[in-house]
Amino acid sequence: MTEQLHPGLNLGPQHGKAHEHAETVMFGFWVFLMSDLVIFGVIFATYVTTVNPMGIAGGPGPADIFDLKSVFIQTMLLLTSSLTFGIATLMLRHKKGVRHVVLWLSVTLALGLGFLIFEVRDFSTMFANGAAPSRSGFLSAFFALVPLHGLHVASGAVWLVVMMMQITLFGLVPMVKTRLLRLALFWHFLDVIWIGIFSIVYLGGLA
Amino acid sequence: MTTSADWGWPLGVFIPEQLSFVRAFNNPTTSELIGAGAASLVVLGGLALAVFLIWSGWWRPIWRDWLTSTDHKRIGIMYIVLSLVMLSRGVIEGALMRTQQAAGLNGGFLTPDHFAELFSTHGTIMVFFVAMPFVTGFINYIMPLQIGARDMSFPVMNQVSLGLTVVGATLVMISLVLGQFSTGGWTAYPPYTGKVFSPGVGPDYWIWSVAIAGIGSTLTGINVAVTIYKERAPGMHLFRMPLFTWTALCAAIILIFAMPPLTVSTLMLAMDRYLDFHFFTNDLGGNMMNYANLFWLFGHPEVYLLVLPAYGIFSEVFATYSGKRLYSYTSLVYATMAIAVLSFTVWLHHFFTMGQGANVNIAFGIATMVIAIPTGVKVYDWMATMFRGRIRFSVPMVYATGFLILFVIGGLTGVILANPTIDYQVHNSVFLVAHFHNVLIPGVLYGMLAGYHFWFPKAFGFRLSEGWGYVTATLWIFGFAFTFFPIYFVGLLGMPRRSVSYSDPAFEPFMLVAVFGAAMILSALGALVVQLLVSIRKRETFSVPLGDPWNGRTLEWATPSPPPEYNFAIIPTVTDRDMFAVAKAQGNAFEKPAEYEDITLPKNTAIGMMVWVSGTGLGLALVWQVWWLVLVCVIGMLVVLIGNTFRTDAHRVIPAAEVAAAHQAWLDQIAAATPVGRLGEATPHNKGLAAQEAVQ
Ligand code: HEM
Ligand SMILES: [Cu+2]
Repeated sequence: MTEQLHPGLNLGPQHGKAHEHAETVMFGFWVFLMSDLVIFGVIFATYVTTVNPMGIAGGPGPADIFDLKSVFIQTMLLLTSSLTFGIATLMLRHKKGVRHVVLWLSVTLALGLGFLIFEVRDFSTMFANGAAPSRSGFLSAFFALVPLHGLHVASGAVWLVVMMMQITLFGLVPMVKTRLLRLALFWHFLDVIWIGIFSIVYLGGLA
Repeated sequence: MTTSADWGWPLGVFIPEQLSFVRAFNNPTTSELIGAGAASLVVLGGLALAVFLIWSGWWRPIWRDWLTSTDHKRIGIMYIVLSLVMLSRGVIEGALMRTQQAAGLNGGFLTPDHFAELFSTHGTIMVFFVAMPFVTGFINYIMPLQIGARDMSFPVMNQVSLGLTVVGATLVMISLVLGQFSTGGWTAYPPYTGKVFSPGVGPDYWIWSVAIAGIGSTLTGINVAVTIYKERAPGMHLFRMPLFTWTALCAAIILIFAMPPLTVSTLMLAMDRYLDFHFFTNDLGGNMMNYANLFWLFGHPEVYLLVLPAYGIFSEVFATYSGKRLYSYTSLVYATMAIAVLSFTVWLHHFFTMGQGANVNIAFGIATMVIAIPTGVKVYDWMATMFRGRIRFSVPMVYATGFLILFVIGGLTGVILANPTIDYQVHNSVFLVAHFHNVLIPGVLYGMLAGYHFWFPKAFGFRLSEGWGYVTATLWIFGFAFTFFPIYFVGLLGMPRRSVSYSDPAFEPFMLVAVFGAAMILSALGALVVQLLVSIRKRETFSVPLGDPWNGRTLEWATPSPPPEYNFAIIPTVTDRDMFAVAKAQGNAFEKPAEYEDITLPKNTAIGMMVWVSGTGLGLALVWQVWWLVLVCVIGMLVVLIGNTFRTDAHRVIPAAEVAAAHQAWLDQIAAATPVGRLGEATPHNKGLAAQEAVQ
């Protein structure tokens, strides 16, 4: 038996009520992520079927609109934010106290917002160059997929703010801890999706 | 469409000519008058209900005990009430369409648009707001009791899911009064439902009611799956779960994986319509085949999501009323899982004729036919369960046998359709309409009605009148046969589905038989209402408070009727399948536990109602493009949902002493009661304590 059922939680005695509860909500959240993954899956599939001359319909194609440098910066920002979230979790696990946890969560939030700023900047350049979703099926699919991920990041950011409020309000009680752990799952999940977007949409589109 | 420019922004694209009453006033044809009549039913019905609630003072207990409850049992019942209300609208629409087609040789009384609206609302309502809530309601009510749990894993989320489902139904009802519903069928295929071909608000009503309710269903799927995995009583390992719970698990898994494609396809359609995207348009790189794929990636698993829990109900019914263990439990479980998996592999049979190659068609045709194998296994298992059983031909058994016979016919016509060469001849004919009604009505609806009869005494503490039950069941079975068997023939004669009228006199005799059948179905619905009223009036005679009127086999019967909100005074320990039957045989079914403990339950909350209000507002605002209201509702909903996470006192405790007293009172009643044998089940002597017989 390991010391904790859930790394980073330290909820109390093993197999106690707090652990049982955590197990249920964590499992539930995994199931939710699975469902969300299906959403991304079908949108990815839609995207893939439109990156062809018929879908592009004479409009701009991937090579005309993607700015790899900006996308690379976004990738770095997002991956680093996952790292800093991991550090926040470690702070929680080693009982470093509210201040450390909030600090690392704020860094995560800042990186996430940085990602969103670059992403929005890219989109507005595309719009300015006539690459709007109404131009072609390909662009419609692009603007369904990538901003959907961005929307998830934005929700994650709101969630981060709410969690920081709850940490200061309630302290690191089990309820807050399991919520943080779910948010961590969500945040890392967004990384995984982004890697898919980066490789399939951006690298694949420019290859 | 006329724009609202002269009305300014506050009402979006709404203009008074969109009110069905104004339309009927301006153009008083039969078709419009029927529409206005239906609309006034909604308005008057709503008003009458409100007046009644205020006058009788019931609104207070209804609010306190039901609308704000997080008890899975109450939520389950509310789902079923919703579906029965919607069923009455759906059946009336079905009968109206049959009447139109009976009079439809070169004409009839409905305009093509009105007919199109009818089959669109009818299909949408039947699938999303009758069958789905019915199934969800039973799962909600029964499953936690069967696995020995106190509640679902996420009781508040459960309430929110119900709220979201009701939003969808409310929007469909409102569409009768304000504007028009879609004319694009329950599948809402673009490009027809796109802006170019359907500029009105109809498809938007379809989109938002289905999308919002769909999110609720996804959450339900998660809730059910987690509950079954995490909340089972000690000893209830997977292969000791009652069959209904198994089917609930498979249905939940289908919900989790099949709802997302629906959400995505509807929202993409919305983006096409609202934001000029080009997913499914004819021009600029759109491709409607993507819609067909996404929709049926949901749509096909959907029908199994509906029928599997019905199989579960029939399994319980066959076992209970045959007084036997289910024959070959394991093969039934594996067949259930096989069907759940296979249901995801056949969606392409919905567009055999839309241009993919012959090889693809063959593969999907074969995959489709393969589903018949596990279904066949189940049919044999059910028959073997009855074989040498001590059968009581009670009302649920009438439905179950009606199902066995009719469903096999429906399944066979499905296998016929699974052959692409045949499908080329009859697809889009009413043969298809006959086929899917032949599986949906006996398969899903009879299952639900059997369950309604079977578990009603559990939920309310009194039985439903058996006499009226037989009347209703007979009317449903023969009504179905008269309505839909002729349709197979008309289909083979070549009548296209969704036709408002026809010019071939050969169709007419069949249509006249069908309308006779529809009248029988309408009477069945009436008999169902009468049965309920009669039973309520005689509830003293029919009362079964001790909880086990049918000599049940599974844990839900091991509680008083209706069960206390915490379900079990102490969580049972499970050592066997058919746990309750075994415990009764061993004589330890009603033992007093050594000690009781405090029980923690979630407090009541109005969050589900707030979601309903803001969700309905959101849907309406989106339909009518009232952007300020969209904003208000979205913010309102976010405040409610996020605010709820700040609640820290969401639980209350029921002291052990209170639990002990209630349990003891029930045990005393049991000790004082005379058990009733299976032949006395339908008599007033049946108070819910079954006489013991040897278990099989
Ligand atoms: C109870 C009596 C019922 C009657 C009399 C009835 C009648 C009809 C009729 C006349 C149509 C139109 C067929 C056409 O357009 O050619 C129809 C379509 C349909 N019905 Fe029913 N129906 C009944 C019950 C149900 C039930 C229980 C379900 C599902 C659970 C259902 C699901 C559908 C669907 C999905 C459509 C297709 C709608 C479309 O074309 O988009 N029906 N029904
Ligand atoms: Cu299918």
